[in-house]
Amino acid sequence: MAKPSASNQQSRVTMQSQGSAYIQHHKLMAVDSLKRLLAAPAASLMTWLVLAIALSLPMTLYVALENVKQLSRNWDQSSQISVYLKKGVMSRFADELTAEIADFPNVSSAVYISPEQALKEFSVSTGLSDVIFGLDDNPLPGVISVIPRLNSQDENGLEQLQQKLEALRHVDSVQLDLIWVKRLYQFMELGQRLVWALAALLGLAVLLIIGNTIRLSIENRRDEIRVVKLVGGTDAFVRRPFLYTGLWFGLGGGIIAWILLSIGLFWLSGPVEQLISLYGSDFSLKGLGFSDSLLLIFDGVILGWLGAWLAVSRHLSTIEP
Amino acid sequence: MAHVRFDRVSKSYPGGHQALTDLSFELAQGEMAFLTGHSGAGKSTLLKLIMLMEKASQGQVLVDGVNLARVANSQIPYHRRRVGVVFQNHQLLFDRSVFENVALPLRISGYTSRDLERRVRAALDKVGLLSKEKQNPIELSGGEQQRVGIARAVVNKPSLILADEPTGNLDPKLSGEIMGLFEQFNGVGVSVLVASHDLALINRMDYRVIGLNQGRLAGERAAGGVRG
Ligand SMILES: Nc1ncnc2c1ncn2[C@@H]1O[C@H](COP(=O)(O)OP(=O)(O)OP(=O)(O)O)[C@@H](O)[C@H]1O
Ligand SMILES: [Mg+2]
Repeated sequence: MAKPSASNQQSRVTMQSQGSAYIQHHKLMAVDSLKRLLAAPAASLMTWLVLAIALSLPMTLYVALENVKQLSRNWDQSSQISVYLKKGVMSRFADELTAEIADFPNVSSAVYISPEQALKEFSVSTGLSDVIFGLDDNPLPGVISVIPRLNSQDENGLEQLQQKLEALRHVDSVQLDLIWVKRLYQFMELGQRLVWALAALLGLAVLLIIGNTIRLSIENRRDEIRVVKLVGGTDAFVRRPFLYTGLWFGLGGGIIAWILLSIGLFWLSGPVEQLISLYGSDFSLKGLGFSDSLLLIFDGVILGWLGAWLAVSRHLSTIEP
Repeated sequence: MAHVRFDRVSKSYPGGHQALTDLSFELAQGEMAFLTGHSGAGKSTLLKLIMLMEKASQGQVLVDGVNLARVANSQIPYHRRRVGVVFQNHQLLFDRSVFENVALPLRISGYTSRDLERRVRAALDKVGLLSKEKQNPIELSGGEQQRVGIARAVVNKPSLILADEPTGNLDPKLSGEIMGLFEQFNGVGVSVLVASHDLALINRMDYRVIGLNQGRLAGERAAGGVRG
């Protein structure tokens, strides 16, 4: 009775040919899902643009922040260092010291302000001249005001200069007038967190947009999914075209975001550089680096794939033959 | 070993409707049989149980000796690949050619292009549609569409073919041709179970008939009953 079952014969697909068929099917699905997107160009373009905007916003903020960082490094150079001299240093020594400091390679200028001068300035600026002239002794020390000249690559330059100045004879203390720079750094810290928050929110938006788009395309291909499951398609097989759809959406969104950002930066770079040159700084707007560009596009791809995966795992199980 | 065996199977759908009740029968390896009964008798439900599109509420369904209740969800696709199914609403995909419709089970099973083309052409040749492989199934007549569905069911060389009303709205001549195809597959050792209420057609052919009534076995007629 028991004839040899034909099932042995039909499942005689070798591992090797199955491997190459697997790759073949991936290629087929990749091409097919791209073709489907291009077959509805208007709808796909809309989705791509929305994704591009969502992807480019945090990147824009990031690029802006990077530029402010670079700019603030430029401004470090114009910051001032006050070198307070010990009390009772004779003005002859103070003048010599000022000349010595002015000769440092990374100092642009050094000016000595004597205690008398300082007191005069102080009384003028505060209007407390009566009080001050009532003092027996001038409480103010002599100060050498130093303007450093640092190159912007050298981040520690300022601190090294400070240490060098502190080690000099007659010097009591050295103070960097960096309070506003510190504030700026605090703001940038805040800005950086804002970038992360925005990136997280918009990343979520990208997931939702892709998820919804994929959900619609699953709806549209209900019959096909049913038939595929009926003739023995595994979940991975059914999922594949949709994952590729998500991937293409993400890739397209990433590339368009990159183009938008590049155009925006190009458009802004002229005016911004002009504006900053008014403040005597030579500054060139930093664009998207290679790794930033890659990151942007890669993020798009990952989010696209993930969004599709979430949508597919949620909706595919509801379709049974 | 029986190819398909129902052992006191009951099936109630959510909502409480009892579609099959205490049903036992066997389909032997290489046997061809008809399943008949009034509308709502449970014919489609029976076939769905074999395909694991539904699960039995009570009792056991065995295919090739495997208890289907024990088949893990991840294994269901592999079970389905060993069974060819044909439906009345042929379930063809109209966004692709006849060739691609028939090729679908092979793509799923992991065939490479060359093997795949050879097998698809062989299946299409068997149902007489080789010349229409590039057309969209929507351009074909009802009978031709049904034959595309049959080609798709047999392209993977299943050992068991299930057909649910395969001749539903075809004229008697076309219906006869379709049944002829099933006979051919049966002739090379494939087990075939056809659900149909076309009694005229069934009576013209000499195969075992399993009758259902309200989800219960309502009498069988063994093969050889027509002429005998
Ligand atoms: N998914 C379902 N949910 C609930 N009840 C169902 C479902 N499918 C079928 N039924 C019920 O089960 C019974 C058997 O249905 P089934 O489709 O198996 O009958 P059938 O013999 O194939 O009928 P027909 O000849 O009309 O196709 C029917 O009364 C039907 O209403
Ligand atoms: Mg039915």
